[in-house]
Amino acid sequence: MTNQEKTWKEIAPAGVCSKSSTSFLTGDWKTYTPVRDLEKCTRCLLCALFCPDGAILWHPEKGDISFDNSFCKGCGICANQCPTNAITMKLAQE
Amino acid sequence: MQIVTKQKTMALAGDQAVAYAVKQSDVDVVAAYPITPQTIIVEKFSEYVANGEVETEFVCVESEHSAMAASLAASATGARAFTATASAGLALMHEMLFVTSGCRAPVVMAVANRALSAPLNIHGDHSDSMAQRDSGWIQMYAENAQEAYDSIIQAFRIAENSNVLLPVMVGLDGFTLSHTLENVETLLDEDVKAFIGTRKFSNVLTHEGKSVPFKLDPTNPMTMGPIALQNYYFEFKRQQEEAMKNALEVIEQINGEYSKMSGRSYGNGLVETYYLEDAEIAAICLGSTAGTMKTVVDALRQEGIKAGLLRLRTFRPLPFEAIRSALSNVKALAVMDKSMSFGGNGGPVFQEVRSLLYDTDNHPNIVNYIYGLGGRDTSPTELRSIYEELQNILQAKHVEKPIQYLGLRE
Repeated sequence: MTNQEKTWKEIAPAGVCSKSSTSFLTGDWKTYTPVRDLEKCTRCLLCALFCPDGAILWHPEKGDISFDNSFCKGCGICANQCPTNAITMKLAQE
Repeated sequence: MQIVTKQKTMALAGDQAVAYAVKQSDVDVVAAYPITPQTIIVEKFSEYVANGEVETEFVCVESEHSAMAASLAASATGARAFTATASAGLALMHEMLFVTSGCRAPVVMAVANRALSAPLNIHGDHSDSMAQRDSGWIQMYAENAQEAYDSIIQAFRIAENSNVLLPVMVGLDGFTLSHTLENVETLLDEDVKAFIGTRKFSNVLTHEGKSVPFKLDPTNPMTMGPIALQNYYFEFKRQQEEAMKNALEVIEQINGEYSKMSGRSYGNGLVETYYLEDAEIAAICLGSTAGTMKTVVDALRQEGIKAGLLRLRTFRPLPFEAIRSALSNVKALAVMDKSMSFGGNGGPVFQEVRSLLYDTDNHPNIVNYIYGLGGRDTSPTELRSIYEELQNILQAKHVEKPIQYLGLRE
């Protein structure tokens, strides 16, 4: 705990968030990280639909997706859903 | 008692009295699941909804866990929410009771106090709500149907007070109060409406840096109670304790205001004293038992015995200053518990009252009476025997058996 943290008299009640959830980088929780085979990937976007963290981003200008590693927790749902087995989960590098 | 505003006498059982109070309290959402002896409350209320007598959204949920989840959610959006339950239903709500108090949602709930299984028993005792003692809810216990009616109306004001913002449960003894017809003085709709008013919101600072009313609103988004770990959880719990302390004053103040309007007061709102000023021997109890106790005290007083009674109307927050001062002259005290704390040092009320008297200079000799479990009737003769034992303790200045069972076959 740091001295910057507030006392019980200073904080809002009920755990009302003082910061947006986008400032909590939950991606550093991960053990595994998704790796995509660009040849096998058909850009069907099933992975993006199923991602519970919204960590698979669609870039219409490129017609392609990318993984947002700041928020991907490495759950592997994308790899499980991929109809062409284009995603494999690899041990995340430090 | 002086009647301050015009009132209407109605013949109502405790459950009906609660439903009628909720009808008058301008409640936005009722989410409930039926369970004896509470069922009449929501059954009667659903009639009001069906007849178009109220503008309340009635949510028929699939369990009590969902009833509390829906009440919490409604309350978090700024709605006034009510539910009712008993026994196993309250036990099933257990998890959500903590979420509701932790989210500071001012839900009001009636609990028609009933025993817990096993063995199955539908009758009245305090096992259900005592098991939720530490859930962060304000707990009040009514002596009769009239008080159940009055307490529900007061409960919305207490819960929604900006210095409190805590859910309130109002206990009424199963069957003894819930199903027993009484004459109840009811206030006029407009008087209740004026007394309760609409929910007011204090501002909080959100993640967007905006100071906005504390409620879920898409135009001013905020997140309540999602996660707080080692660095903040403790601080939020300390806030809840402060809110409980604030509630002591608020309950007194609202009891006073209500008394001015209705002519009815329940002690100072926290405790009610009966012949305690010069009492040497006294008992302390909750709920409907106090009614019988008062007739026993009347009879003892006729005989010149200095007996008194303290009825604990508010159990959470525990009004320890009020209890200490009310009992300051008492030499021998019996604490009545309508529930058990298995393996504990007596029942929950006994443990707490005995503990709060530890710091007083001349604390009385104290004895615990566990009674009435599973709705077992407790007669005036049995209650009188408590005062007879207290007279023995007064003489001996010593308690032989600190934990006793009243009306149990030994």
